[in-house]
Amino acid sequence: MFEKILSRSQLYLAFFGPRKPEPGTIYLRQNRVYILPTRPGLAFAVALGVMLIGSINYNLSLGYILTFLLASMGLVAILHTFRNLVHLHITPGRANPVFAGELAWFELFVENRSAYDRCSIVLWHEGKATQCDVASARGATVSIPVAAPRRGWLSPRRITIETRFPVGLLRAWSYIQPDSHCVVYPRPDAGLLPLPEPSGGSGEKRVASGGSDDFAGLRAYQVSDSPRHIHWKAAAREQGLQTKVFSGRATAELWLDWNELPANLGLEARLSRLTRWVLSADQEGLRYGLRLPGVELEPDAGEPHRLACLRELALYEL
Amino acid sequence: MNSSRAAYGPGAPNAAIQLRHLFWLLGGLALVIAPHMLNLPWWLNLDACIVFAWRIYLALGERALPKKWLLALLVAGGMLGVYLTYHTLFGRDSGVALLVLFLSLKLLELHRPRDAIVLVLLSYFLALTNFFYSQTLPTAALMLVSALVNTASLVNFAAPGRALQANLKTSAVLLTQAGPVMLVLFLLFPRVQGPLWGLPQDAYSGVTGLSDSMSPGAISSLSQSDAIAFRVRFQGDSPPRPQLYWRGPVFWNFDGLTWRPGDTRSFTQIRFEARGTPYDYEVTLEPHNHNWLFALELAAKVPPNASVAPDYVLFARRPVRNRVRYDMRSYTSFAEGADDDADELRPGLQLPAGFNPRARRLAQEWAAGGASGTAIVQQALNYFREQGFVYTLQPPLLGRDSVDEFLFGSKRGFCEHYASSFVFLMRAAGLPARVVTGYQGGEINPVDGYMIVRQSDAHAWAEVWLQGRGWVRFDPTAVVSPARVESGVAAAVSATDPLPLMARTSLTWLRGLRYNWDALANKWNQLVLGYNPERQREFLSRLGMSEPSWENMALTLFWGVGALLALLTAWLLRRMRTSDRVQRLWLRFCAKLETNGCARAAHEGPADFVARSAGRYPAEAARIRAIGERYIALRYGESTDAHALAELRLLVREFRV
Repeated sequence: MFEKILSRSQLYLAFFGPRKPEPGTIYLRQNRVYILPTRPGLAFAVALGVMLIGSINYNLSLGYILTFLLASMGLVAILHTFRNLVHLHITPGRANPVFAGELAWFELFVENRSAYDRCSIVLWHEGKATQCDVASARGATVSIPVAAPRRGWLSPRRITIETRFPVGLLRAWSYIQPDSHCVVYPRPDAGLLPLPEPSGGSGEKRVASGGSDDFAGLRAYQVSDSPRHIHWKAAAREQGLQTKVFSGRATAELWLDWNELPANLGLEARLSRLTRWVLSADQEGLRYGLRLPGVELEPDAGEPHRLACLRELALYEL
Repeated sequence: MNSSRAAYGPGAPNAAIQLRHLFWLLGGLALVIAPHMLNLPWWLNLDACIVFAWRIYLALGERALPKKWLLALLVAGGMLGVYLTYHTLFGRDSGVALLVLFLSLKLLELHRPRDAIVLVLLSYFLALTNFFYSQTLPTAALMLVSALVNTASLVNFAAPGRALQANLKTSAVLLTQAGPVMLVLFLLFPRVQGPLWGLPQDAYSGVTGLSDSMSPGAISSLSQSDAIAFRVRFQGDSPPRPQLYWRGPVFWNFDGLTWRPGDTRSFTQIRFEARGTPYDYEVTLEPHNHNWLFALELAAKVPPNASVAPDYVLFARRPVRNRVRYDMRSYTSFAEGADDDADELRPGLQLPAGFNPRARRLAQEWAAGGASGTAIVQQALNYFREQGFVYTLQPPLLGRDSVDEFLFGSKRGFCEHYASSFVFLMRAAGLPARVVTGYQGGEINPVDGYMIVRQSDAHAWAEVWLQGRGWVRFDPTAVVSPARVESGVAAAVSATDPLPLMARTSLTWLRGLRYNWDALANKWNQLVLGYNPERQREFLSRLGMSEPSWENMALTLFWGVGALLALLTAWLLRRMRTSDRVQRLWLRFCAKLETNGCARAAHEGPADFVARSAGRYPAEAARIRAIGERYIALRYGESTDAHALAELRLLVREFRV
């Protein structure tokens, strides 16, 4: 509540505003943990005030005792809330690559080196909360969901780590910005595209290696299909453009080439298309190479190759 | 290692309330509402029970809560009911009733943890209002339990995933640590003598005690009450029981049915002729909502903020609405009012015309022939002694000529019957007389030595003005039933009469228990409930505070609470000690180097670090290597050599750069 009012002021931003990511393990020192009452906490204070006045007015000795007991409980709760958060160690962990448009999960390792358990630690990132409990001398791995709208590097924004334990009347919080990032691959195209034909001197190789590319069927034509695979006879019969699909290209070696894409495709669209191709080629177990302006990955297959290709696509021209 | 889970924590305001937390909350509320049920109207009790059951039913079946319009209707109906019951919405009792009403209906609007927290806050408040009616030790114990349970409810909603038991323990830890702070606040918070403003009309209802008038049945109804009227601590011996006449209101005016007080002048000086040695004692008077203070006949001094009437009744300036304590000195042997003149005695002769003709005739017969006052009194007492009068708590109802019917008809009565008819007879015989009410008797609690005077000791007696002697006390009840004065009501009435349990003498074991309990309750009253502004000043000056002004108190309070919280902080944030001694020494060594700007990097193993720092401080290289060798041997080797550990300790301790 206070935060809402404060967040509009410049002073507040100067103190609590975004900072540069902190490398390595973040230690919540005492001077970076803030604490203020929550709305119920303020209501509690008002209730105590009324109770005190009632006790004075009616001379209720036991009323004084109850009021003071609860007030003291509130004071003690400040310390307990504070210590539930302070002295935590937070280390960024893995953040697996994702495709643009997906949620990236940033792992944070929250470590409690104190002699007491921590309960209900909540990490807020862009309106989403993740909660964890950390027992004494233990750690907990927390995954923070971060939306990944664009390809490239992704880092979480400032994370608010807070707790209202034990009584919910107070909120202790701190801001952390772990130095953690993950690669966001371009969003693959929606359409299923055929793989471009192995090209550039591989024509002969293809004949030599297989020579028996079997006709597997037809499917609807799409812009990038090679004219050589168009089923012209069907087109002549005015059945629309269809593309012939061949099987048995498993042994083929193909190049996923930037230059083979239609000229009217934009940069991001090209990368999306190529991403789809990489995925499709990998799925079909092909050996493929990736050619981007200034980048060339020799044809290969397998997981490391796929990741290398995707990474090139993700970080291209960034 | 715990893994993260989806957020339904305190930060998620839309989280649902778990069933177990709901039941816990209901339990806490029930603890707070239960004691109020004794004072609330039956329909509200029923309402609360129904709402509780309803809420449980809804929760068990995961059914939807009632609609807003139904709730509004219930609130309106409840408020109307409170108004019809109490004829106001703003009194003390009606306020409590409204609070119970809102609290129970809020249960039907309990969707989220946020609502539950509101309920917990309300329950704290309701727990306080219970002290309007009772501040005894059991009430305090109940308060502690309810605070514990309700605070655990707060913890439940802040840590929904935790076990109830763990949350209860957290609540207990919080309240335990709050204890010392509470004590400091209680002792040092500058006390103000309330009330701060006018209290509602019904603020002091339900207090038992003598009334400001006396009609038949007034005192016998009190005798059913076990409640304590006041406690007395004598310095030295207490007077023998027959002398324990505690003087209360004195009545002069009789209208045929009811006795009322007369002269209302007041003085601050007491004039009478004292004889013998005085008794010094301290009275702790329970609140009785009237002005008079009780003292042994006859009080020789006037307490502060009090005055004395011509008939020796002590009046406090304001009605006694809180327990008060005053020091007192009394002479049980005295002569008073011997020189009163006719004007002063005239009210003592007033009689309502046309009432009780037979009694008048009887008294006039006694007075005929110029019999002396003493002789007339003797005649009357003989009459009571010889005519078969019975002392009973259950006298028959009397009609218009109550004195006639009593004297010549029923002959069964309680002290007020005897005192009233005796005074009537004396006045009819021409002797000034008045009715004195108060308490007679009292028992010493052997546990703490306090004398306890209960409402069941309420008594009425007579005073007659005799030429040359002044006002003399006569107790016609003592003539009829000497046991009443010698040993108390229980001994004087028949076994079938209703009496409070404690007044029965036969239950000795129960009395023993009661004595102990009462001594404890008295300690509680004196130390805790009686801690008022005066007591606070007294206590603080005894602690050495030279000038216990509120500023000083506030300052001491501030520092006291601050010191306690600082201690608690230090204890709460104490670091976990590395149990490994070797590791501790190594860390100390690293810390020493770090202060010199040579910090060990996180990735650096001990060997690398030793090599690097030795290179940086060539003068200390040998020592650094020695430490490194021993550390590596102790930590990673198989060596558990105590000698090597001692060497390492010495090396680290003496290490300087």
